Amino acid sequence: MEELQQPLPERLDLFTCIQCGKCTGGCPVSIKSPLNIRRVIRETVVREDLHGFFSRLEIWDCTTCSTCAIRCPRGLKPVDAIIGLREMMVEEGRIEKTIIDALDGAYKYGNPWGRAKNKRAEWAQDLDIQNALEMDPGQILYFVCCAASYDPRVQVVAKTLVTVLKAAGVSFGILGNKEVCCGSEIRRMGEVGLFEMLMEENMKNFGKIEPATIVTTSPHCMNALKNEYEGLGSEVLHYSQFVRRLMDEGKLAFETEVPMKVTYHDPCYLGKQNGVFDEPREILTSIPGIEFIEFGRCRENSLCCEGGGGRMWMEGTNQGKRLSEVRVEDALEMGVEAIITACPFCLLTLEDAVKTTGNEEKIKIIDLMELAVMGLGKTLETEG
Amino acid sequence: MRDVLVIGGGIAGIQASLDMADAGFTVHLVEKEPTIGGHMAQTDKVFPTLDCSSCILTPKMVGVGQHPNIRLYTLSEVTRIDGQAGDFTVEVVRHPRYVDESACTGCGACAEACVMKGRIPNAFDMGLGKRGAVYIAFPQAVPLKYAIDPATCLTLSRGKCKKGPPCKLACAADAIHFEDTEKRLTLHVGAIVVATGYDPFDPRLKPEYGYGAYPEVLTALEVERLCSASGPTLGEIVVNGKKPTKVFFIHCVGSRDHTVDNPYCSRVCCMFTAKQAHLVKDKVPDAKVTVTYIDIRAFGKGYEEFYERVQDEGIIYRRGVISEVFKKGDKLYVRGEDAFLGEVYEEEADMVVLAAGLTQRKGLDVIEALGIQKGDDRFFKGPSPLDPVETGIDGVYLAGCCAGPKDIPDTVVQASGAAARAMAVLARGKAA
Repeated sequence: MEELQQPLPERLDLFTCIQCGKCTGGCPVSIKSPLNIRRVIRETVVREDLHGFFSRLEIWDCTTCSTCAIRCPRGLKPVDAIIGLREMMVEEGRIEKTIIDALDGAYKYGNPWGRAKNKRAEWAQDLDIQNALEMDPGQILYFVCCAASYDPRVQVVAKTLVTVLKAAGVSFGILGNKEVCCGSEIRRMGEVGLFEMLMEENMKNFGKIEPATIVTTSPHCMNALKNEYEGLGSEVLHYSQFVRRLMDEGKLAFETEVPMKVTYHDPCYLGKQNGVFDEPREILTSIPGIEFIEFGRCRENSLCCEGGGGRMWMEGTNQGKRLSEVRVEDALEMGVEAIITACPFCLLTLEDAVKTTGNEEKIKIIDLMELAVMGLGKTLETEG
Repeated sequence: MRDVLVIGGGIAGIQASLDMADAGFTVHLVEKEPTIGGHMAQTDKVFPTLDCSSCILTPKMVGVGQHPNIRLYTLSEVTRIDGQAGDFTVEVVRHPRYVDESACTGCGACAEACVMKGRIPNAFDMGLGKRGAVYIAFPQAVPLKYAIDPATCLTLSRGKCKKGPPCKLACAADAIHFEDTEKRLTLHVGAIVVATGYDPFDPRLKPEYGYGAYPEVLTALEVERLCSASGPTLGEIVVNGKKPTKVFFIHCVGSRDHTVDNPYCSRVCCMFTAKQAHLVKDKVPDAKVTVTYIDIRAFGKGYEEFYERVQDEGIIYRRGVISEVFKKGDKLYVRGEDAFLGEVYEEEADMVVLAAGLTQRKGLDVIEALGIQKGDDRFFKGPSPLDPVETGIDGVYLAGCCAGPKDIPDTVVQASGAAARAMAVLARGKAA
């Protein structure tokens, strides 16, 4: 926390910004929000006092998709300046109640929704999943995290993933009620201290069982564990990477016809930030009957759904059309029956957008693992 | 020892060769392509004078071809260098041309007859034009001798082409020899000028610009070929089958960019972009031409004036480089920020030109084995800023873009400098 005292430009090395605008030009919300990340960087460099930012709601418009950091020709991380400003706001208590509640929930109950700790593994009750803490070292750990543990819609994703893993004969365990939030969103809401606390709690459990591989539901958790958890020796994979590997190893093949015209929405934390573009596409195109077409904006140019960076708890200025709605409308124009995605936040925001645009009858949002279960000829109801 | 080796037949190697040959030394010029000329030969016009590039280059190329003191080895590569200043032994491999240089008259009957005619992307035209398996890169090629590309020639790749190869039947000079083989030769030279040039940055490494995915997205070298009267469109700006009306240029693609480990400025892109913006506007007056940039570096003689002229022609310079190019339906869009306005725009485009930077050539192992130092930018570098042509190895000198991106005037100056240093070694006759 000591380094928080250091001014942002020094801490994040922002002095070399050449104001080229590549960040703002690629920022998904820049076209509709007062947030101009290039200008924010300029202001942090030249202004002595950054308190003026504290009343600027648009700081919460950033989804932390990190397009700015990926494209910055000077190799800077503009998104970290946003997070840095949020850290200062959290430090001084200048944050909205919804954020306070989320942080509070994560602190007290290990999840930003503030749901009961002992209900974390309720979704898995009848699924006969090993307790990871009783596993030998070198096994596979499924890191479920909060959305998949508590949100009824995302619980389905967790269950389908379990179905797929079992179909492939994979031996794995979960931490159950001992698991706490990965902290990714917490860090992006500006609470580094709490992020570190959650990381330590999870690391303590990882240390006990030293898993060879940790598989995550969410690309956000994958990113945090892989790139931000210091000293973690395990391989960290998003489920799409792991399932793709199972196909390679001949443990999994999709043989049931799923006649459907679909497109795929790249989650920012999976695609742009971690370069996982091909695996989800290879999984879904290996399912017989699937007709796959790409969004015009796909892969490195994918459009963020606005679900990340604390946006599930704090709307920011929330101007203009939601990008998830843009996504749904683009997909309808392409004539697909479903958007496939591989991130709990994308799933929720896109599904909301289907409802707010009144298109429930025309298009579905399906998680990649739900599609995989169909390709295996299984249904959830008959499982577990 | 009066013999000297020049590696690379672009404008740097051409200038160095002519200087030394004119002074009476015997120059061995080794070029890996079938013709000399390099990237300058692909260029339509040069900045800031808008001189026709071929018109000023061709006399020098012909000069090389006809010079009694220059031995030109095309389709050739240096495979080994031993020795020291005043006494180098150089191994050269000559790849087969399958056309006898001494017999070929350059009439072109073979190319007309080739069954692959118009089917192979012509690398000289950046793949925008098509050629046959037997070809010359461009009409002013030196030597003006045809060559057969073994990878696409049916006789060479499959052992059979019609009832007897039509090219061979068409050649009145009987110059086609499918049995031609690789030859190795050893040269003894007193000094070496390295003039290996550059590789253009591959814009596929910046996937947000959609190069390779969208035919409307072009590199600067491709636009040179479109502008050229001898190019694939005979000088017409035609993209995706039609004249573009909404044209965007993007500066600094692969230059000044840590994400691709090229933090350096490529020095020529600001000016070639200004020139190309002018040429496009000149050829398509109705087009709205926008140049998106980070900074404008117009530092050479007459450069700032040229930049002003281009702006005066109604080309819009917008500060802030475009961040991404994408398709929506069948339309192409660019998205960027006008940093002066602080506004993001998303506009339709039907031609996007990437000012791809210059990078060090790949495949220079033999030269690197001499122990020439490289900078962080991977270009060769000399021991001191006072010795821009030196390599730190006595008898070996640098000319042109192998030592870092530079424009044509600077390249020619450095080439003459390298030639002067090499001649000093030759004149003194032995190692210092």
